[in-house]
Amino acid sequence: MKNLILTTAALAITAGMAFADGHSVVRMGTEGAYPPYNFINDAGDVDGFERELGDELCLRAELTCEWVTNEWDSIIPNLVSGNYDTIIAGMSITDERDEVIDFTQGYTLPDPSSYLAASADVDLKGGVIAAQTGTIQASFIAASGATLVEFSTPEETVAAVKNGEADAVLADDAYLRPIADEDADLQLLAQQEMIGGGVGMGVRESDGELKAKFDAAITSMKSDGTLNALLAKWEIGGSF
Amino acid sequence: MSACTQTITDYGLRAVGIGERLLPRDDFTLCQQFTLIGSGMIWNVYFGIVALIFGFMFATLLAVGKASRQRVFRKPAEWFIFLFRGSPLFIQFFFGYFLFLKLKTVFPIFAPFTAAWLGALVVLFLNTSAYSAEIFYGALKSIPKGDVEAADAYGLSGWSRFKRVIWPTMLRLAWPAYTNEAIFLFHATTLVFFSGFPAWQQRGDALYYASYFADKTFNPFIPYPILAGYFIILTLCVIGLFGFINRRLNSHLPSNTRQRLRIRPNLIR
Amino acid sequence: MACYLTTGKHMSIYWSVLTVLLLLAITAPTALAFGFAGASAARSRVAPVSWLGRGYIALVRGVPDIAFFLFFVIALDQIIEYVRHRAICPDWPEPVRQGSDFVVCQAAKMPLGNAPQWVHESYGFAIAVFTFAIVFGAFAANVLHGAMSAVPRGQIETGESYGMTHRQTFWRILVPQMWVYALPGLSNLWMVLIKATPLLFLLGIEDIVYWARELGGIKTSRFTDYPHGDWRMWYFLALLVFYLIFTRISEIALDRLMSRLTRGQATTGGEAQRKVGLT
Repeated sequence: MKNLILTTAALAITAGMAFADGHSVVRMGTEGAYPPYNFINDAGDVDGFERELGDELCLRAELTCEWVTNEWDSIIPNLVSGNYDTIIAGMSITDERDEVIDFTQGYTLPDPSSYLAASADVDLKGGVIAAQTGTIQASFIAASGATLVEFSTPEETVAAVKNGEADAVLADDAYLRPIADEDADLQLLAQQEMIGGGVGMGVRESDGELKAKFDAAITSMKSDGTLNALLAKWEIGGSF
Repeated sequence: MSACTQTITDYGLRAVGIGERLLPRDDFTLCQQFTLIGSGMIWNVYFGIVALIFGFMFATLLAVGKASRQRVFRKPAEWFIFLFRGSPLFIQFFFGYFLFLKLKTVFPIFAPFTAAWLGALVVLFLNTSAYSAEIFYGALKSIPKGDVEAADAYGLSGWSRFKRVIWPTMLRLAWPAYTNEAIFLFHATTLVFFSGFPAWQQRGDALYYASYFADKTFNPFIPYPILAGYFIILTLCVIGLFGFINRRLNSHLPSNTRQRLRIRPNLIR
Repeated sequence: MACYLTTGKHMSIYWSVLTVLLLLAITAPTALAFGFAGASAARSRVAPVSWLGRGYIALVRGVPDIAFFLFFVIALDQIIEYVRHRAICPDWPEPVRQGSDFVVCQAAKMPLGNAPQWVHESYGFAIAVFTFAIVFGAFAANVLHGAMSAVPRGQIETGESYGMTHRQTFWRILVPQMWVYALPGLSNLWMVLIKATPLLFLLGIEDIVYWARELGGIKTSRFTDYPHGDWRMWYFLALLVFYLIFTRISEIALDRLMSRLTRGQATTGGEAQRKVGLT
């Protein structure tokens, strides 16, 4: 049946059929180390805003989803290589990334980046600012003129402020806020930076159909207010 | 071509903080990748060479200590070697950094130790000392009895016997394994910024820049092979240099014995 | 506290200890096989085979394992899928490379997209074992190559004078005797292999170091029942103890093996054992 039909039609149909059996399970790639977006809970499972969001999206798109964790550094190469089908890992939509993969529409408003510091009077232009290697915040500080000091994990950046190696750390507001709330020595500065766009789900550029399904599901969650409820529950950014 | 020359002047010494402050952010060219990763190699070579030189001296001391009959010398040497050979390097980096931070708050003199150029160097130095010491110790144990007896017969003793007979023989026996240790040490320098010390002002080693490009271009298949290429060249240089020294060390032996010793591996890291 | 140490997350770290041990147990013989193949190839009298063996040893030894791990796994995975793609879907109309995407037909996916998670994990594990084996195989090949040359020439000549062929002297004389020369080098390689396991995370395996980092990191009360500050030090201390104990056990086992292998060999060690036996 498949090989009787010609060119364009064949393309659409084979793609559709392959989609049907191949994507019967959609593998959701996440990092599992970035609360509240995604983290590993006490039971050892993926949890967080994106876990709840992703499960709901899969339900609405009528897809069976499976969660996998992958290290942040290689999260995009592994997507394009086909080791999982989506990235749902608090990934801001940027032009650089958009050249390599496709994003669904954003499911958060742009989240500001905040400075976490030991004291309020930090010289943000001339001081020492910590950031995680390879983040948009690291590029931002490199360009700002402050002395950038990079650590390989977010924990180390916060530790660097506590032990005085750095004056402040720049990271997503949603990540720093719970830390500032619990640690009396640390505080968030009033100044914030708007660096990234909103957070979206990454899919392969060749995977238009999957993208369309998730886009539709996100739209439906936006329109009936469930997305806003989730954002409020996990205290992320503003609401749509 | 001229664009590439410009890139080299901009970024050739970027790893040590000379040149353009901002790293390239878009339109990445092969030239930029080669230049910056090559610039990062400065650090790998620096860490490798300095740790190797100081490690060599300390390792000799440790090996003699471990071979000593006196407990006061033997036990500390044994424990030191066990501790540093028995644990992964990244844990050593972690505790090293942690320790230097604590020391810094008490004694300000330790301030430079929290920077990679000194702190990571100290950790690498201790690590390679332990591995080399074990190699040297193995060599000390296998020095032919006849050599030492001959030295005694010539009336050599103590320091001069060590300097003129035992030490050169030990080096000769240990050299093939020590060559491997040197190679491993250069490879280990890639861990400094990867899971050890922070990178200041985007001054990092070759792996730091390679992963920077992999991260920006989302294509691991270009920067990492470039890095691998640089390291193969570096390794060949190390093998060449050590091979040269090896020939010097063995130059007094008849050629057939030399051949046998050269390829016999006793210990590698 | 007892509850803290038995959370699902802590169970994962205990499991990962077993994963690491299992990986070592599988990798060591595999790497040895690679090493043996590499060393035999390097010794081959057929020039291209010899170049292949020497090339493998020189190339892989020259590259830091970490750099190798960072791109090799994805490359390997793509090669496997590409081969399967050509075999299973020969009349697939679309190109495999679409921009930066690597797209093969669904039936060629390794493992299949709808396979259960444990299949994916086992596949990842197998790839990791293979990658480790390639890297450490090159070092093992170097050691074995040296060991083969260290077997006294006279032993082989004696075999030849009895009319043995090249193949026979290789398998009956060289191989049984080379181990005693290779063991010191191989045991060091084993020690290095143990200490390379923290790099497993680069290969997509959640090993003890990954979990130690994850568990030790700052936890705020919103996301866990057991909030704590930066406890990485304690977890790493536990890892340190684990590695030290493991090293010590290995040392003792390898020492025993060495004295057993030395028995009856024409070396100083063998001679010493013989003398002890005589008195």
